[in-house]
Amino acid sequence: MRRLPAIRPEIVGLVVVGGVVLIGLPTVTNQFYTFEFAKVAIFVIALLGLNILTGYSGQISLGNGAFMAVGGYTTAILVHDTGVPYWATIPAAGLLAGVGGFLIGIPALRLAGIYLALATFALALSIPPVLNHFDSFTGGHSGIVMPPVLAPFGLDLSQEQWLYYLNAGIALALFAFAWGIVRSRTGRAFMAIRDSETAAVASGINLAYYKTLAFGLSAFYAGVAGSLLAIATSYLNPDSFGLSLSLALLVGIVIGGLGLDFGAVLGGLFVVWLPYFAEKASGVQIGAFSFAGKPDIFYGALLILILFFAPNGAAGFLRRGWLWYLSLRGAARLPAAEPVAEREPTEIVP
Amino acid sequence: MAQLELKGVVAAYGPISALHGVSLSVDAGGIVALLGANGAGKTTTLRAISGTVRKTGSVVFDGHDISKRAPEHIARLGIAHVPEGRGTLGQLTVWENLQMGAYIRRDSKGIKADYDRVCEYFAWIPARRRQLAATLSGGEQQMLAIARALMMRPRLLLLDEPSLGLAPIVVREIFRIVRAVNERDKVTVLVVEQNASIALEGAAHAYVLEAGRVAVSGTSAELQKDEAVRRSYLGY
Amino acid sequence: MLAVIQQILSGIASGGIYASLALALVLVYRAMDVANFAQGEMATFSTFISYSLIEYAHLDFWTAFVITIVVSFALGIGIERLLIRPFEGAPVLTLVIVTLGLFTIINGVTGLVWGYVFKEYRGAFISQPVRFGGLYLDTQDLGVLSVVLVMLLLLYLFFSRTKIGLAMRAASLYPDSSRLLGVRVGWMLALGWGLAAAVGAVSGMMVAPIIFLDPNMMQSILLFAFAAAVLGGIESPLGSVVGGVAIGIVMALVGTYIPGGQDLRLAFGLIVIVVVLLLRPAGLFGRAAVRRV
Repeated sequence: MRRLPAIRPEIVGLVVVGGVVLIGLPTVTNQFYTFEFAKVAIFVIALLGLNILTGYSGQISLGNGAFMAVGGYTTAILVHDTGVPYWATIPAAGLLAGVGGFLIGIPALRLAGIYLALATFALALSIPPVLNHFDSFTGGHSGIVMPPVLAPFGLDLSQEQWLYYLNAGIALALFAFAWGIVRSRTGRAFMAIRDSETAAVASGINLAYYKTLAFGLSAFYAGVAGSLLAIATSYLNPDSFGLSLSLALLVGIVIGGLGLDFGAVLGGLFVVWLPYFAEKASGVQIGAFSFAGKPDIFYGALLILILFFAPNGAAGFLRRGWLWYLSLRGAARLPAAEPVAEREPTEIVP
Repeated sequence: MAQLELKGVVAAYGPISALHGVSLSVDAGGIVALLGANGAGKTTTLRAISGTVRKTGSVVFDGHDISKRAPEHIARLGIAHVPEGRGTLGQLTVWENLQMGAYIRRDSKGIKADYDRVCEYFAWIPARRRQLAATLSGGEQQMLAIARALMMRPRLLLLDEPSLGLAPIVVREIFRIVRAVNERDKVTVLVVEQNASIALEGAAHAYVLEAGRVAVSGTSAELQKDEAVRRSYLGY
Repeated sequence: MLAVIQQILSGIASGGIYASLALALVLVYRAMDVANFAQGEMATFSTFISYSLIEYAHLDFWTAFVITIVVSFALGIGIERLLIRPFEGAPVLTLVIVTLGLFTIINGVTGLVWGYVFKEYRGAFISQPVRFGGLYLDTQDLGVLSVVLVMLLLLYLFFSRTKIGLAMRAASLYPDSSRLLGVRVGWMLALGWGLAAAVGAVSGMMVAPIIFLDPNMMQSILLFAFAAAVLGGIESPLGSVVGGVAIGIVMALVGTYIPGGQDLRLAFGLIVIVVVLLLRPAGLFGRAAVRRV
């Protein structure tokens, strides 16, 4: 029987503290904040998926908002038109989105790098108009309204608190699932593909299978997230799933930390809370102009600064801090420089 | 004083170290060969001179310290590096390649004169001006690369394995032209070669590299006579 | 039948607009293998500059036009040196996100300085329908098309006949070899951005009279411009113009003849992009790129 690797006491401590915070959070925060944290959980789920696709298998996607739309609308239509209880729609939403992702992954096999970014960008842009167009299905501009969600079994929880626990619970489960995937053979195949497709093929990895699988998994996660979003807001319309959503996801995972386990968690926090900080920061006066009401500028500048100073995102930064801590304790050596992916040389040789 | 002087150059490609302290010097107007087995560091030495590899140590050319200069600047000082693989600008025509050779120059009369000279050395060029460089044969590409370097009117010419992949008769022709360029136009030449025998025929001096260091050096005559050196380092 | 031809004609006209922005995209892509997602926003910003020059400095259009082009050129160079150069050699995803960040910054600044109220923009050409046969053509559309063709010609001459144009081509295809020839590759890149910004500015100044001027003006055009660039061959200026016209025609026909087509135009743009990339990634006029492994 294999011995489990020794777990450092610090990690155990962090997990315990994390667990306490996670469970206890709604008891100390007001309804508004609880709801925001419920949204954080939703984005964590979506980002876990995007991380699998872009961070681990190296396929850029600017269009995961489309998969969230599939999930969200599946739930909304099922609940609104057929009366299926909301919780039952969640797996259906995920599965449907997952299939969609898998299908999108097929043409994506032939695209790479900037071309894949372009194609998925176009996907994200075209979703709201398409949703608007098929309005018999989707309710068009006016969207779909759903009955509000209440805590089950008569539990003494407010709506926001229930949503928080529901989302956090699902996020935790899906986090564990992603954790497992990354450490499995599948995860290794993903990473091999990301680092060098040529080498991966030479090692016998079935490129088509794994790349489409990554798309499918990523879309599944996005679908679940979309479903939960619909449930949480009790309403959705096509504009909720436009370009800005897909961009927010991408930005979230990059700032959180691509290809790192906790990138999705940190990214989720960023996606939800950064706009608030940006609003606050944009109250700064510079000369005659004030940035008040223009958080975009701050957002974009922050993005570029983070990419420059912490190319591996916040999670990368934290990991470096952790390694530094371990090196102080003599348990690990700190690598001299932050390892960052470099571009493959493309000088054309005649 | 030597035109080119390297002292204690250490270079690495990331974690892989290539040069462990190379020192050599080249006098103006000479032809020097840089020999050694695969992986000895010959190409890296040329890159250290032209500024295209990270290094420490000193490289001085014509009294200028070029150790920390960018390749564009070093090219403008008069060093023409014909890299491994020739660096042919394949999607451009023969004529455009030569124009790029003259990029740093402003004297149109001089450029015209150099173009005529280059056509003397390589008679096929005028007829094939509009041909895409990538469609030339290996030998022609090598000649084009040298011609392009000559259009820079360099004072030092760095040649990386000009004989690679070429038929012996073509190689002889190329070396003949290199010698002519050296004599007529007073261009110093530092040539890296795996084919030691042909390099020693053309060069007056040689350095033999082994594992990133200079193992042996001397005049070609000395090296060609020394059996031990020939057998251990030069392979013949 | 006449109606179809009419649609095609108006499609060619709008195609000219897509072509002009596509031209800018192609210029950046040729220089550094990256699509600049902020190109549309840069064009919008430039257009607003010309607007201010016309409305507040009371300059006539063509003077403002020239000044704006020069200023945009300088801004393009500045952006490359300040924001893109630090990320030299970074992976594609990073550069994509940098341009997306640039997108939000420029969009925000434009909104901050000029506000979101739609503005009317008096452009170069007066809109006047010209009739021949049973068909209508607008002088404005003809004007836009001619400007685009003139730009294409100038760029062609620049890249094929000038020393700097040649050096830019060499630097983008063979950066290492070009350095050995004394080319300052970094500045060639900056020049590429400057040119792209100038072309984008022209594009914006041509578009604004047709749709109203506001900070979000170029966003849907950007998608069609990408489609045009991909269709024509993302490295080919001629391709971007041909692609632009083609896309214009297709979109005009889709909008008119497919029920609910207006909504679906963007989706069709997506389909074009994907289909072209799958079947013929190099586009109509592109070079099949060989990647050195």
